[in-house]
Amino acid sequence: MRLAVASGKGGTGKTTVATSLALAWEATALLDCDVEGPNAHLLFHPEIESRRAVTVPVPRVKEDLCTHCGECADFCRYNALAVLPRRWMVFHELCHSCGGCRIVCPTEAILEVPRTIGELVTGGRGPTRFFQGVLNEGEAQAVSLIREVLAQAPGDGVTVMDAPPGAACPMVTVVRAADVALLVAEPTPFGRHDLEAALSAVREIGVPTAVLINRADWGAEGTRELCRRHGVPVLLEIPHLRRAAEAYSNSIPLVESVPDLRAPLVGLLPRLERLAGKRVA
Amino acid sequence: MKVCVTTAGEGLDAPVDSRLGRAQNLVIVDTETMEAETVTNPGREAGHGAGIQAAQEVARTGASVLLAAHCGPKAFEVFRQAGIEVYAGAHGTVQTAVEGFLAGTLNKLERADTAVGLGE
Repeated sequence: MRLAVASGKGGTGKTTVATSLALAWEATALLDCDVEGPNAHLLFHPEIESRRAVTVPVPRVKEDLCTHCGECADFCRYNALAVLPRRWMVFHELCHSCGGCRIVCPTEAILEVPRTIGELVTGGRGPTRFFQGVLNEGEAQAVSLIREVLAQAPGDGVTVMDAPPGAACPMVTVVRAADVALLVAEPTPFGRHDLEAALSAVREIGVPTAVLINRADWGAEGTRELCRRHGVPVLLEIPHLRRAAEAYSNSIPLVESVPDLRAPLVGLLPRLERLAGKRVA
Repeated sequence: MKVCVTTAGEGLDAPVDSRLGRAQNLVIVDTETMEAETVTNPGREAGHGAGIQAAQEVARTGASVLLAAHCGPKAFEVFRQAGIEVYAGAHGTVQTAVEGFLAGTLNKLERADTAVGLGE
């Protein structure tokens, strides 16, 4: 089973939940897919074994073959290419590496060269493999790196994927790769608003989804009502606990700082597996 | 000399569009005759890289000077490579912008004067 731990709003406790689920379940793998702010290692404490650069293909022109016809720039929907009467230009940060420019070029003047966008960190803790994507600062192509992290997921066992916040492409990329999604929500107006966006996204994707309400003692009735309306079960509610927050600020995972939560977290596994079984292929 | 102005309308009386990449139109003015030709800006509805697309279109028109309110870094790079001079601070109508340029009151840019997505 592949579980995506996601949320609309940032800071609701995705990484807190994802790392503690991976520990409580002795998961096969934990994937930190929040490549723009990867920090699961701070709570998971894996042994890091290796780091390697992740590249994407970007176009380069063979000047002697280019006729500056502009077909490539016309094709590029991201306007990553500019063709002038005597110049061919590429804006790497806009390129989505689709390769279309190379295909449409009538003189085969375009080749693809690798460009580094970040790195893949590999490690492990106990029985659990750990993979983390780290996007270079200022880099826009998060999805390409996320796909590289997702490609590390083992073919069997239980994989926990810590998704990026939001309800846009990075989050969607991770949820699409999942058998089931667990949305971590916080009962604030912002939390509810962004949870609704996330619920709409997962419904569109068609992945079975459940909700975990964090800091539920702040008054979670509105969040519960929202989940009822969307037909999504709330599987667990975690109260706001000072000792959990203190431990968090010292990099101690929730499942260790609040041992009472171990049993409910372990209990989530069969319930999420049941939900995952309902995934329409 | 052919001068291009970013506009929200057509011809010499059109108002200068404060946006570059997402300007409605580009008006090309021949400064010898003050004849104006209006072309649609293909960048105006672009999801990304509107300034890059607009700048390529300006290059296609054969203009050697662009008059705009501002210019962002990507569009500026295309203009630089195309050998097109960029003057910022254009306002009013196409006519007044061109007159301002000819009178030397517009500011020639040596680099982009606004961030990505703001001038474009």
